Formats: sequence, structure tokens, C-alpha cells
Amino acid sequence: MEIFNPNSNIHFLNLRRFSITVALLLFVGSIVLIATRGLNYGLDFTGGVLVEVSYAQPMDATTVRDTLEKGGYGSALVQSLGGTREFSIRLQPRGAAVATALDKQQGAADQVAAQVIRVLKAARPDATLKRTDFVGPQVGSELRNDGVVAVIFVIIGIMIYLWARFEKRFAVAALITELHDTIVTLGFYALTQRDFDLTVLASVLAVVGYSINDKVVVFDRVRELFRSSRRAEPEEVLNRAINSTLSRTIITSLFTGIAMAALFFFGGPAVHGFAITMLIGIVVGTLSSIFIASPLLLWMGVSKKDLMPVTKENPELARRP
Amino acid sequence: MIDFPRWKYWLVLAVLLFGILYALPNAFRPQAAVQIQGSSTHPVTSALTQRVGTILQKADVRSVDTTLQDDRLLVRFTNTNTQLKAYTALRDALGEDYVVAVNLASSVPHWLRAIGANAMPLGLDLQGGVHFLMQVDAHAVLDQQMQRYMDDVRDSLRAKKIDYDRIVRRGNSIHVEFKTAAAREAGRALIARNDSALTLVNGTGGDGNLALDATLGPAELDKIETSIIHQNLSTLRNRVNALGVSEPVIQQQGATRIVVELPGVQDTAEAKKILGATATIEYHAVDQSADTPQILKTGIVPPEDKLYYTRDGRPIVLKKKIIASGDEMIDASAGFDQQSGQPTVNVELDSAAAARMFDFTSKNIGKQMAVLYIERIPEVKKVNGKDVHTAKTKEEVINHAVIQGVFSKNFQTTGLTQSEAQSLSLLLKSGSLAAPMNIVEERVIGPSLGQQNIEKGLLSVLLGLGLVLVAAAIYYKLFGLVADIALVLNLVLLVAVLSLFQATLTMPGIAGIVLTLGMAIDANVLICERVREELRNGSTPLAAIRAGYEKAWATILDANVTHLLAAFGLMTFGSGSIRGFAITLAVGILTSMFTSVTVTHAITALIHGGRKLKTLSV
Repeated sequence: MEIFNPNSNIHFLNLRRFSITVALLLFVGSIVLIATRGLNYGLDFTGGVLVEVSYAQPMDATTVRDTLEKGGYGSALVQSLGGTREFSIRLQPRGAAVATALDKQQGAADQVAAQVIRVLKAARPDATLKRTDFVGPQVGSELRNDGVVAVIFVIIGIMIYLWARFEKRFAVAALITELHDTIVTLGFYALTQRDFDLTVLASVLAVVGYSINDKVVVFDRVRELFRSSRRAEPEEVLNRAINSTLSRTIITSLFTGIAMAALFFFGGPAVHGFAITMLIGIVVGTLSSIFIASPLLLWMGVSKKDLMPVTKENPELARRP
Repeated sequence: MIDFPRWKYWLVLAVLLFGILYALPNAFRPQAAVQIQGSSTHPVTSALTQRVGTILQKADVRSVDTTLQDDRLLVRFTNTNTQLKAYTALRDALGEDYVVAVNLASSVPHWLRAIGANAMPLGLDLQGGVHFLMQVDAHAVLDQQMQRYMDDVRDSLRAKKIDYDRIVRRGNSIHVEFKTAAAREAGRALIARNDSALTLVNGTGGDGNLALDATLGPAELDKIETSIIHQNLSTLRNRVNALGVSEPVIQQQGATRIVVELPGVQDTAEAKKILGATATIEYHAVDQSADTPQILKTGIVPPEDKLYYTRDGRPIVLKKKIIASGDEMIDASAGFDQQSGQPTVNVELDSAAAARMFDFTSKNIGKQMAVLYIERIPEVKKVNGKDVHTAKTKEEVINHAVIQGVFSKNFQTTGLTQSEAQSLSLLLKSGSLAAPMNIVEERVIGPSLGQQNIEKGLLSVLLGLGLVLVAAAIYYKLFGLVADIALVLNLVLLVAVLSLFQATLTMPGIAGIVLTLGMAIDANVLICERVREELRNGSTPLAAIRAGYEKAWATILDANVTHLLAAFGLMTFGSGSIRGFAITLAVGILTSMFTSVTVTHAITALIHGGRKLKTLSV
């Protein structure tokens, strides 16, 4: 079976003005979103107390919220964990009720959790405690810093590798598209205000990995075509590289997307965020491999002579495939 | 096919065998069990096995199997309900002498365990339990250490009759002022000999005095900090063992933090009481020359003394110098005083403290000595709207008495209630914490959630795998089926390697497995697309396969190396669950490179080799 016409020669680079403009808009828009709305950091980063409860009979979030408000936890954030039986209740450390409770109980988060479950049980005896989390605020802010450092190190490491294996322009193009993909994925989180927790951070780094994988395949073909064709017009070579890897780019995205969709629909709330980030990352990463990476290479003026292997020591060896 | 060497077939076969063997243990579900641990006074014997049998019979609980191994008795049950019933019965009957705990017993056959094949341990999110992250407060200990250094310096100067003007503490240094240069030189030589850890610098003091600053260098501070963390780790291990939790995780995380994970535990209050408690005792001399009423009125305490209160609220002035403290104890046990019948803690000191105790008591017969009980209760305070972890220290003199005779190594302490004596002896025995700790993160995962996560995780792995298998088979036909075999083998191999490393399986880890499965097919997509391309360019089928593998390899390598770099970046994270994900990803990339390229090449060569082909099913 083949979905793509193997002889397709869509002129992707002709669209470069348009595609780069869209990418730039997305990129700037995401930055603005992140700067103005910010990310809705999960408990892992903000610190606080999280309680997950489940009910034997259906229940709704508003009732849970009302019950808690009557019990003195007005600041609690109640969210359904998909369905009508399971809810997560988040108590920020800033919430006055929790702060005083924590003060009184000398930091005993389990006591806060016990108090919450008592309040809920009084209203509906079928409530049971599923899990509680308590994270101190300083742990959270450290994690955030560690995350930023990890992303930077990963991107720099990848740049160095590409610089050595390919050429500096490829490293720069990879860096820019990587930044674009990461920022746009984060922009989605700023837009939807979904919980940004530790698992999501891990998946953002996984997006970096996926997206670079995708770009390298195209870059590899660019290098190969430059080396093998005699009269290598950069624009034509880049376009041919995109076209001949197009089928692979999209099929791999589909296959990985299928696996992530399975995780999204059946993996439960613990990996929901992970699957969503990956799905978005896959879409953004695929599009940027096709529409952004190559125009960048063209603008930076990549040419055949930059990519010819160094043949000084042993020209005989270099001529072999 | 000619260009696929024979040794590679053997390699593929060997790896296949390895993968199946080492992944196999994960197919055996752990059994619900109760574990009974003995002590030196109450060892686990075959007599106990019989006793357990009768207890269970009386409670009407049926066990599957009872085994005795490594000083512990493991009783297995068919389900968690009978397990819990048996646990209550056994704890009530044996709890005083033995440590009884619920446990999950491995049901992996013996021959598999003999070759080191074990199931992957499950993370807390998959089996329920509590997780604590504790911040070690080394500051308090450094403070104490400096106090000890200052006492040392003062004592040795006095003993050698070196004339000094004053001695004060300034942070991590001790400031001593001398009247004459000769005295300073003598003092300097003396301190250098006694406490080599201190760096000595000359300076000037007030009133034209000559000063000497003895400072604890950064290297020394580091050394102290490291040893504090290590002592806390080993103390925590002892305490967790006393709780009887099976397979606990107690690890250092970062420079000053300790992670404790207790699978199966749900009662955090009880766990915290044992983990976080920092009760200890110190022996001090009573300063009988001090004018207590005067001190109370003016609030001015002599520099070598400190004001304390006894349990009934009476003030008492003690010398600051510690004769012996809880961390110098070898053994402690609770008991009753034979004459008065009061609860006591019987203490055995180590040799250095014993020598000091002997020295002190032999010089001070007829004088008073006091026992100071120090308990630390962690609390959270608000400072400028921020949570600040502090600890309230409760210090009280539980006992002071006239020294009747000389003693050194063994003696008893009275003045506590029975339950206090018991918990104090437990804390002293399992070692006191070198530094107090605050809980900065706490997670409780209920057992039902763990079960739910396992089921959902397994379902999504199987479903993700199944969908990719079907999609590949439809799109690439025979080549797709070959890739499918490789993908299944990749899953087996990934599980095998993770099991061999004993990497903990967590929910993010499962997400990593699904992601790896989705991405592992990428190499096959690259190969298949290349083969199709070669065919279109007019190559013969066999040449197309050869060229397809050859040309795809460079791309696969570049793509995977960069991907691997990203996985390593993730691994630098301290947090456990993320690291689990990163390890899964990294191992998955490596195994997929082998299965997607070498294994599919071997199978393709087997199918197509030696035949005249007109078309390829790709």
C-alpha cells in the first residue's frame, strides 16, 4: 500500500515565505501566551497538597467544591479525573485555609488530607481516599530550574553532534526548529491552562528528542543529495530531499501518533498529559521538519562544497560508498 | 543471502534467548504474603513455623505455602483479603517479639532466579505506598560541632595553662585573643596539634590584643556534611527495618536530601513518627555554683552554662559541655529499675564516651549530673508569605542526681514514662539521626490506584503495540510483518534489559515503553521506504534490499544518536519517576536499533536469500 505518490515533487520551498510567517506567528504567539497567561504549574512545581478521591456512586465537581467550601477549604481546586467518580482536589500553599491548617498541624500534610476526606465523607459516605501528595515549595522551584537546565543541555548537545556530523548551518537550523517546537508545545499548555507537571516536563523533553530525530532524517537526505548530484542547486536539492523523505516523515508520525493515542485513551489520568504533549509535539515537529528546517538551510546558504567529505588524508577511502 | 554473515544469525538467536529468559520473570505475578522477621533474642526457627500454623488455623485463614529463608518466615496467601486477615492475627499474636509485615512475595521459579532473572520492581504508583522526600538540616549539627571544638580549645588552653583573654565563636570559626605573642604562639601550636581540622590565622583583637582565628575549612565542612548524610541514611535504614516494610527504598537525592519509599504502607502518621523523630539524650554536669534565682531575675547566664527546666517546671543550670550523647551509644534497652520499679533506659556507651564518663564521674563524686532529653518536632511557619520549615526543639531535664559512684560503659537512666522509655530506647538503638530532617515532599498512593494504573498501563502498552503492528503489516505487507516480529522482540528485549538492571517500573516508564514502541518502527519505515525507492529506480529485488539497509543505516544512526542525547539529558534529572522514563527511553533506543536493523535484516535474508525474486512484498 502506498499513500503518497512516490514521484511527487511538491514545491515546498516555494511556500517558504508563507510557512515561515506562520511558524513565526505561532512562535511569537506562544511566547506571548507563556509570558501573559503563564503555565499552570502542577503540584510538582508549585508545592501544596493534592488529594485524589473516588466515589462509589456518581458525583459532580461542583458538589465536591461546595462541600469543601462549607468545610473551610474554599480555595480548593476541584477537577474531575475523567468520569463522574474520581476527582482531584488541589490545595495551594497560598490558600489561607491550608496555610493555617499546615501551621496548626506543623506541616503534617496527611492531616490536611485526612481533614479533607473527613469533610467529604460527612457529606457522602461513599467517598474514599485514593492518594495524597504533598510537595514543599522549595522542591518545586528547584525542579523547574533543573528542567530548564536539562532542556538547554539537551539542545546544546544535539547542536554539537550535528555540527560535527554535518555542518554548522545544520546545527543552527536544528536549534531554531527545536526552539520553535518546544515553545509552541509549551504555548499549547499556556493556552489551555492544562496542568503542567513533572510528567509533562518529561514529555516536552521527549518532544525535543522526537523532533530532532525527524529533522536529522531530512538533513541526512540533503547531505546525500548534495554529495551525489553533480549540479546541485541548493533550492532544488532541498526540495527533493523533503519530497523523498515525505512518505517516511508522515508514516512515522502516524505510527508514533497511533501509539500515543492508545496511551491517551487507555492509559488513565497519570499519563494523559504525557500523551497529549507527545501528540502535539509530533504534529508540530513533523510540520517544522517539512516546512521550516529546509527554508532555514536555504537562507543560511548551505551549498555542495560545505558538505563534501574531507578527502586530504586518503582520497581512495573517501571515494568508497 | 550472501551479504548477511552467519555469525549474526547466532547473535540474533542468542539475544532472542536472552530476552525471553530475562523478560520471563515479569509474567509471574507476585503473591500476597506476610513476612515475619526475628531478632537476636527471638530468632525465626522451625518451631515458629508450627506456631504460625496454629495461629492461622485458629483464625481460620488458609495459607498457600510457608518458607523459611534468610532469618525470615514468608507465609503466602491466594489473595489480599486472606493476607490481611492473617496479618492481623499474626501481628496480634507475635507482634511483641517479632516484626510482622505484609509483603509481596516473588513467585518467580527458582531456576530463573538462579541465573539472576527477576521481575522488575514496581514503583509506588503501581503498587501503592508512601513516598517521603526529606531535607537534612546539617546546619544544626555544624553548630554543635563548633561548640565542641570551642570546648576543646578552651579546655586544652586551660590544661596547659596558656593565658588567653577571651574566646568567642564567630560562625564557623573560633576567635581567641591573647595578651602576649608568646601565649599566642603556644596556643597556636597546641590547637594545631589537637585539632588538625582547624585552619589557623593570626589577627588582631580588641584592646590591642593578639588574636587567633581557628576556622573550619570548606573541605572539612563538606566532609562533615557527607558523614551526616551517611549517618542519617544508615539510621533511616535501621528504623525502616524496625518497621518491617518489605523492599523499601532509602536513597540520597542531591546533596542534602533523602528519599524514602515504603511500598504497601498507608499509615503515614505512624511511618513519620519513626522516621522523623529525633529524640536523643545528653549527659551534662549541673553547675551547682550558679546562682539560679539571680539568673532567672537578670536573664544573664554564665557563658559556659545554659538554663534548662525540669519536667515539673523547676529551673536548673547545666554546664554546656556534653559528657556523653545519644549518638555515642552502642546499645539501649528499656526496662524497669529493680529497686524503685521505675521505667528505665539501660544504656551502653562506646569507648570514647565511656572514657569521658569515667573521667568525669571519678572526679566528681558527690556532685550532680543531669540527663537532658531533646526532642525535635518539625513545623512549618509563614515568613513573608513563604513557608519556612523549622523545628521546635523540646529540651527538658528528665533526671538529675548525685553521682554515687564511678561508672563508665553501662548505666541506666530513669525519669521517663514507660512508653517514652520504650520509644527512646528504640530510637537510640537504631542510631540517632546525625542531623534533624524535614519532610519536604510526601505522597501517598492507595493500593487500588496502583492496581488501576497497572491495568491501564498494560492495556495501553498492548493496544499501542497491536495498533502499530496492524498498521505496519497493512502498509508494508511482508516487510511490515518482519518489522512486526522485530517490534515484539524489541518489547521483550526492553523488558529483559530493564529487569536485569532492576529498574523500577513506574507510570512514566510505561509511557516511555509505549513511546519507544511507536518510535522503534521508524527505523523500519526508513528501511522500507529506501527499498521501495531502490525498486522504483530499477534495482533488482536483492540489490534493493542490500542498498536499502546500507543507505538507511547512516540515517538511523544519526537519528538515534541525537535522540539518545535527549534521553541522557532527561536522565540528569534527580527525580525518580522522570529518571525511570529516561532510562526506558535510552534502553529502548538501543534495543530498537538492534531489533529494527539486525533482526529484520536476518529475517529478510532468511526469507529472500537463495531465491530468484521478481518482486518484493514491500
